Amino acid sequence: MGIEPAVQRAVKPALVKAGRLCKRYVQRAPFSRKKFIVDALVDVDFEIVPGCVTAVVGESGSGKSTLAACLVMLEKPDAGEIWFEGREISRLGHRELAQLRSKIQLVFQDSAGALNPRFSAAEIISEPLMIQRQDSGNQLRTRACELMEEVGLCADWADRHPLEFSGGQRQRLAIARAIALNPSFLILDESLSGLDLSTQAQILNLLLDLQASRGLTYLLISHDLGLVGQFADFVAVMHQGRIVEHGPRQQVLGNPQHEHTRNLLGSVQTLASNFYAAQAGSR
Amino acid sequence: MMRYLERRLVHSVLLLVGVSLSCFLLTGLAPGSFFDEMKLNPQISPGTVAALRSEYGLDQPLPWRYGRWMKSVLRGEWGYSFAYNSPVKNLLVVRACNTLLLTSLAMIVAWLLAVPLGVWIANRSGRWQDRVSMAGTSLLFAVPELVLALGLLYLVVRTHVLPAGGMTSAEFERLGLWAKIRDLAAHLVVPTTVLVLGSLPILIRHVRGSMIEVLQAPFVQAARAHGIGRTRLLFRYALPAAANPLISLFGLSVAGLLSGSLLVEVITGWPGLGPLLLEASMSRDFYLVTGVVMASTFFMVIGSLLADVMLVVVDPRVWTD
Repeated sequence: MGIEPAVQRAVKPALVKAGRLCKRYVQRAPFSRKKFIVDALVDVDFEIVPGCVTAVVGESGSGKSTLAACLVMLEKPDAGEIWFEGREISRLGHRELAQLRSKIQLVFQDSAGALNPRFSAAEIISEPLMIQRQDSGNQLRTRACELMEEVGLCADWADRHPLEFSGGQRQRLAIARAIALNPSFLILDESLSGLDLSTQAQILNLLLDLQASRGLTYLLISHDLGLVGQFADFVAVMHQGRIVEHGPRQQVLGNPQHEHTRNLLGSVQTLASNFYAAQAGSR
Repeated sequence: MMRYLERRLVHSVLLLVGVSLSCFLLTGLAPGSFFDEMKLNPQISPGTVAALRSEYGLDQPLPWRYGRWMKSVLRGEWGYSFAYNSPVKNLLVVRACNTLLLTSLAMIVAWLLAVPLGVWIANRSGRWQDRVSMAGTSLLFAVPELVLALGLLYLVVRTHVLPAGGMTSAEFERLGLWAKIRDLAAHLVVPTTVLVLGSLPILIRHVRGSMIEVLQAPFVQAARAHGIGRTRLLFRYALPAAANPLISLFGLSVAGLLSGSLLVEVITGWPGLGPLLLEASMSRDFYLVTGVVMASTFFMVIGSLLADVMLVVVDPRVWTD
């Protein structure tokens, strides 16, 4: 995180920019005219500074994961624009999109579900390389083993299946798969929740190491404010599909302007205040 | 693997013995016997009937008859048919082959249709194609096979394009090989179509259901995020992962090979096990009924055994025990 985030923000152009992003889900019950409308994203404006960690926080159902799905182009936004490295990507054609996908990768929350249970570890990691036709045959296997070592897994385990790994090891496997295509932007959709604290810390360290060695930009989606306070440079707070507050971490968590942010912080007040007391001491 | 197979085989044999016992018990409880109608015939003396009854062992207690039947099973005769005056096995083999020809053809056609259709509908899930197909399969599922068969027969009779019933034409024996095959195929069309239409809705819905479930799984989303093509995603990634419940279902449809078509066979005059079972039941041809039931059970057991073994082969996770 070396350079002061605020300085980076001033110097570098945004890696990802979202403008007035909207996404609405309409569900209709069978044999009924009643519609259930969920506005998952409402006029979301958003910027992600390269080389930094931006966190999106908010309670469940606030639109965090929809935002991630739109940024990784699994969902098409109903309206609005997404800019990546200076290109508008939300209206791209199939082929251009396929090329672009290697630059933006997603790490899911549930590592057991995110890995094809029928594939071995090596197959899982080489899957994106194969899809993007970057390598083939023996090269794939070598590359997979290298990536396993990079995320701290023993390359001897290449033939194991995902369910033979522990939760933390599976998340490392998922990270290895995500970085296989050399992306510049990694979205961590609750990737650290559901792990015990020591494992969480290990994965966090791995992510920080990778950020340093590969110059990655992270978007961390989380409801764990303790984690966000520790890891993020910028924080965006979502509430009912809107971003209600967005700025550098100290500003948003230390001096929240919006009522909802204050409520969110209040709900974990003891945790947060302990954390800030500790951090004030360390700085 | 061998231990698993052994255990399953022992289970299967026990199951077959259990079924034969209950089959004996139930048919023994049913009133009347094959020779009761003879009693009404004034030309046959009661003494003759009694002599026949004792010859076939019908005056003996049930356990004794079961023991005698078991011996004949071990000899490979599977009991003796009163009506046909021949060992049950000889009758069963011919009829079972006819039934198998019809049902395996129907099963193959049904699966070949159901898998691509189900996958396609799952891919269109939530859109109008999905809704139309779901309504269509519900409708088809609600129509009894009986109605389907009668409707098709009606069409065939009105249009004269296909033979309506039976397995071969009257002049079958005089035809050349190629003409024989064509004749057989023409007779197969109606019963096969009915069976396919009857099983298609269930299969399509199962394929669709398990595909939709897998398509929502994060690992499929991950593959999409890597930029995978739609066809490859559907058939190479999602279909294998969705296969487990389908393999079990496949085993069930193998299991139903001998028993699933009884009604359709009776209506379309296909000389399979169906008409045989019906006749045997009507005339209380005791050992023949038991034989047909045992043959169906045998296929049931083989089918589920096959499905379980296939599951183990396909999916390493089933292995855990």
